[in-house]
Amino acid sequence: MSLQQKISLRKALIDGFWSGLLALVIFGPISGLVLQGYEVRNELIRPLLMALLVGGGRFLVSCFAQSEKGKRYVDGLAGKRGAGVTVASLKKGKYQYLVIPVLILAGLCLPFVLGKYWLTVVILALIYVLLGLGLNIVVGLAGMLDLGYVAFYAVGAYTLAMGAQYFHLGFWTLLPIAGIGAALFGALLGFPVLRMHGDYLAIVTLGFGEIIRLVLNNLLDITGGPNGASAPPPTLFGLEFTRRAKQGGIPFHEYFHISYSPTYKYIFIYLVLFTIVCLMILFVTRLKQMPMGRAWEALREDEIACRSLGINHVTVKLSAFMMGAMVGGTAGMFFATYQGFINPSSFTFFESALILAIVVLGGLGSTVGVIIAALVLTILPEVLRDFAEYRVLMFGIAMVLMMVWKPRGLIRIKRRAFNAKGVTS
Amino acid sequence: MDSYIIGQQLLNGLTLGSIYGLIAIGYTMVYGIIGMINFAHGDIYMISAYLTAIILAVIFSFGVTSLPFALLVTLLLTMVITGVYGWAIERVAYRPLRGSTRLAPLISAIGMSLVLQNYVQVSQGARNQGIPILIDGVVRLGGEEQFVQITHIQILIVLASFIGMGVLTYIIQKTSLGRQCRATQQDQKMAAILGINTNRIISTVFVIGSAMAALAGVLVTLNYGSFDFYIGFIIGIKAFTAAVLGGIGSLPGAMLGGIVLGMSEGLFAGFVSADYKDVFAFSLLVLVLIFRPSGLLGKPEIEKV
Amino acid sequence: MTTETETPLLAVRNLSMRFGGILALNNINFDIKQGSISAMIGPNGAGKTTVFNCITGFYQATSGSIYYQDGDSTINLVQVLGEKLHFKYVLNPRQLASRLYYKMFGGSHLVAQAGVARTFQNIRLFREMTAIENLLVAQHMQIVRNPISGVFKTPAFRRSEQAAIDRAHTWLEVVGLEDDANRLAGELPYGHQRRLEIARAMSTGPKMICLDEPAAGLNPKETEELSNLIRLLRDQHHVTVLLIEHDMGMVMDVSESIVVLDHGEVIAEGTPHEIENNTAVLAAYLGEDYSTTVAAPDGTGAEGNPQETNNS
Repeated sequence: MSLQQKISLRKALIDGFWSGLLALVIFGPISGLVLQGYEVRNELIRPLLMALLVGGGRFLVSCFAQSEKGKRYVDGLAGKRGAGVTVASLKKGKYQYLVIPVLILAGLCLPFVLGKYWLTVVILALIYVLLGLGLNIVVGLAGMLDLGYVAFYAVGAYTLAMGAQYFHLGFWTLLPIAGIGAALFGALLGFPVLRMHGDYLAIVTLGFGEIIRLVLNNLLDITGGPNGASAPPPTLFGLEFTRRAKQGGIPFHEYFHISYSPTYKYIFIYLVLFTIVCLMILFVTRLKQMPMGRAWEALREDEIACRSLGINHVTVKLSAFMMGAMVGGTAGMFFATYQGFINPSSFTFFESALILAIVVLGGLGSTVGVIIAALVLTILPEVLRDFAEYRVLMFGIAMVLMMVWKPRGLIRIKRRAFNAKGVTS
Repeated sequence: MDSYIIGQQLLNGLTLGSIYGLIAIGYTMVYGIIGMINFAHGDIYMISAYLTAIILAVIFSFGVTSLPFALLVTLLLTMVITGVYGWAIERVAYRPLRGSTRLAPLISAIGMSLVLQNYVQVSQGARNQGIPILIDGVVRLGGEEQFVQITHIQILIVLASFIGMGVLTYIIQKTSLGRQCRATQQDQKMAAILGINTNRIISTVFVIGSAMAALAGVLVTLNYGSFDFYIGFIIGIKAFTAAVLGGIGSLPGAMLGGIVLGMSEGLFAGFVSADYKDVFAFSLLVLVLIFRPSGLLGKPEIEKV
Repeated sequence: MTTETETPLLAVRNLSMRFGGILALNNINFDIKQGSISAMIGPNGAGKTTVFNCITGFYQATSGSIYYQDGDSTINLVQVLGEKLHFKYVLNPRQLASRLYYKMFGGSHLVAQAGVARTFQNIRLFREMTAIENLLVAQHMQIVRNPISGVFKTPAFRRSEQAAIDRAHTWLEVVGLEDDANRLAGELPYGHQRRLEIARAMSTGPKMICLDEPAAGLNPKETEELSNLIRLLRDQHHVTVLLIEHDMGMVMDVSESIVVLDHGEVIAEGTPHEIENNTAVLAAYLGEDYSTTVAAPDGTGAEGNPQETNNS
C-alpha cells in the first residue's frame, strides 16, 4: 500500500509532555535545589531547561519514529544487532604494507617535536592503550567482564615501588617481575572464580579491585598507605635521567656532555613504552590467529559448546585472565615510573570503569578500535579542559548509548578469511 | 569475652544489616526477574540520601515544626522520586537492550552508575553534605559500667525495615501485582503469553527495588547525617553480597543475608580489625559464590544445555 | 539385550538422576555396541536428553555409572565430572586425591577428550566465527597450542596449523559446505548449521558421536541426506553413533538398535523391527487402551502409528 501514514502530532506531543514531566521530577530536586549547609539554594531554572530539552527531544524522536524512514531505522536498530562482524576478503589492501611502517616512524619521531606537557599526555595515552589492549583480551576476546582490572595495574605499579624500596632492584629487573607477578596474581584470584556465571564474575572482580585498594591503603608500614610510595625512573644501560645520579650510576646528560633537561626522561619512557605497545599489538594480532585466541573467542560465543569439544573452559579463561593481568601489570609499572610516585587513590573503581569504557567504545574485540578509543578518551579531555567536570558523565552516557545503539562498537570487526583447500598462504 | 561488647556489636550489626537487606531487595528482585545485576542500584540509594536532605531542607524552610510530619512527607516523596529514577533508568538503559548480548546490559548499567554519580557531583558539588541530628536519645541496657546502648534511631531503622519488608512480602504474596511478578520471574515468555504485560512488571520491580533503597537511604541519612556522591558504591557491593548470601532471587533471603552480613561484619570490626571490615565483606562474597552459590535460601541453578 | 562377548563401547549401569524432588532418570541400563548406529526414542519428557547430558558429561548423575571403553582401559564418565567430597575419604588419601583432582580440573571437557562428541538440540555454533574457524576450534586439543611457538610462528606451529586447516576443509567437503568456509556460522541457513555442527563434533576426532535431534526442522530431502551422512560417518570414519530423534521414519531407517525411554525408565531395547512390535512401546506412545485394543492383534496397525504421534 502506498498510503502515506500521517504523522500524529498529538501522539508526539503527549509523548513529549510525559517525558518532560518525568524529567522534571527526576532533575528537579537534585539539580534544582542545591544543598548549602542545611539549606537549599534555588536553581530551579536548570531542571526546567533540562526537562524542556528532554520533552522536546522526545517530541522530535516521536515524530521521526512515526515517519516511514524512522520506522525503517527503528526496525533496523532492532534487527541488525550482532551484525557487527564481517569476514575480510582474501585480497590484501594495497596500502596495508605502507601504513604500518609510516605510523611506527611517526610514533618514533613524535617525542622530539612535542613539548614536555604534551609528551606526558601522550605517555599517559599510551599507558591506556596498553591497558585497553590488556582488558580487551579479557572482555573483548574471552567475554569475561572484569571490573577489577585496576587491581593488576596496582600490582604492577606497587611491584616497581616496593621492589625498588626494599630490594633495591632497578626498572629493567622489575619489568618482567611486574608482568609475571601480576599474571600469577591473576591466576590466584582467577582460579576459584572463573567457574562462575558471567555476572557473578563481574561483581567478584569488582570486589577484588576494592580489596586490593583497601589493603594498599591500610598496610601503612609497608606501602606507606595513603601517603604513597616513590617509584624509580628507568635507566639506559645504567645511565640515569636525573640531574644527579641517585641509583649509583652516571646521569645521562653528563655522559653525553649535554645540558640537563627533564624532558629526556619522558622521551626515554615514551620510546620504551612505544616499543612495548607496538610489540603488544603484534602479540595480540598473532594471538587472534592462534589456537589460544580462537579458544577465547569460542568461549565468548558459547561456553557449553566449547566444553563439548574437549576445551577446558577454566584453564582457557585462566589463560586469558592471566594474559590480561600481565599486560595490566606492565602498564602499571610504566604508570609508576612516569609519575615517580604512586598512592592508592590512583587505583579506584573509576579507573577500571575508564578502561572498560575504552574497550567498549573500541568495539569489544577490535584492536584498532581499542587503540583509537584509548587515544581519544585520554587526549580529548586534555583538549577540552573546560569540560573536565563532565568527563565521567560523558563516559557514562557514551557507554549507555553505545550499548543501545551499537553494542558491537563503532568499528566493524573483520574476521580472517582462510584460503581454499590446497592453497597455502 | 565481654558479652556486652558482643551484644553491642550484634546490635549495630542488626541495624546495618537491615539497611543492607533493604538495598539487597532491589538487587535480588531485579536479578530474579531479568537475571541481571543492576550496578546502578547503589547509586539509586545515594540519590535517595541527597533527596532526603533536600526535601527536609525545603520542608523546614516552609516553617514546618512537626518532626513526624516532616519525616513522613520526606519518606514518601523520597520513595516516589527515587522510584521514578528506577523506572527511568530501566526504560533508558536496560529495556532497549532486552535480547542483546549478555555483556551489553551489564556495561550499560555501569555506564548508568557513572552517569548518576557524576550527575550528582556536578549538580550538588563534590563535598560532603549533611543534615542536622533530628532524632536523638538512647536506651541503655545493663549496669552503670557496662551496658549495651541502643539509639532511638537504631530502633526506628530496625522497625521501619521490618515494616517495609512486611508490606513488600504482602504485596508479592497476596496481591495480583505480586502474582504477576512471581509469574514473570518463573517464566517471562509464558507470562507474556498469558496476557501479563511483562515490560510493565519489570518496570514495577525496578520501582519497588528503588523505593526500598530509598527507605534505606532516608534511614541511614537520619542516622549518620552525612553523605557524598560516592556512598552508593561500597554499600552497593555489600548489599549485593547480602543478596547472594541469602540466595539471589529470594526476598526473605535478602533480609536474612543482610542481617547475617551486618552482624558478622560488626563482630569482625569489633574483634579483629575495623580497617579491614570491607575486605572481610568482599571476601565473604567470594567465599559464598565459590562454595554455596545458591546462598542460604536460594535454589540451586541447573545449567540448561 | 546384547549378548555379544565383545565389550560394548558404552555401558550405562543403574543410572539415576534427580532434580530436586523429581526423579528424572530411574535406574537406567543399556549398552552401545562398538561401531553401531543406535537411537534413543521416547515421548516428550521421557528423559532422553537427560541421559544424553549424563553421557556427554553435562549433568552429574545422582548415582550409577557410565563405563566407556577407551582402548584397553575403561573410564567411568560419571567420575571424571568430579563427585562430591565426603569426609569418609579423608581416611583414603588416594581416592580423596582423585576426587579432589576431578573436582578442580574435571568436567565435561574430559568426557569430550575421551572421545565422546555431541551436537545440541538447539544448535550451539560459534555464531560470530566463520565456519572454518568453528572447525579449527574443535581441533584445539590436537594441535600445537603453545603460545610461544604461536607468537614466533615456529615451523612446527605452521605445519600444525596448515594440517588443521586442511582437516577442516576435508570435513567441510564431507558435509558439503566447502563454499561456506569463510561465512559466519550464524549467517548460514538452518540446514547448513545442522551439518556444520556435525562436522565440528567430528573434527574433535571422536570415537562416538551423540546427535541430539539432528533432523529437527529439516525437510524430508534434507533428512534423507542426513541419514546418508550418518551412515557415511559410521562406515568411513568408524564412529559409533547415538542419536535422539522424533522422526520415526528416519530412526527406523538408519538405526540398528533402539533404546526406548518412558518416565525415566528403559521400557524396551532392541532392533527397529522388535521395537515396532513391542506392546510396551506402543502403550507409551499411544496410551494403554490403544495398544491392547487396536495394535495388539497384528503388526499392521502399529507400523505406521509411531510416526503419526510424531506429527502431533
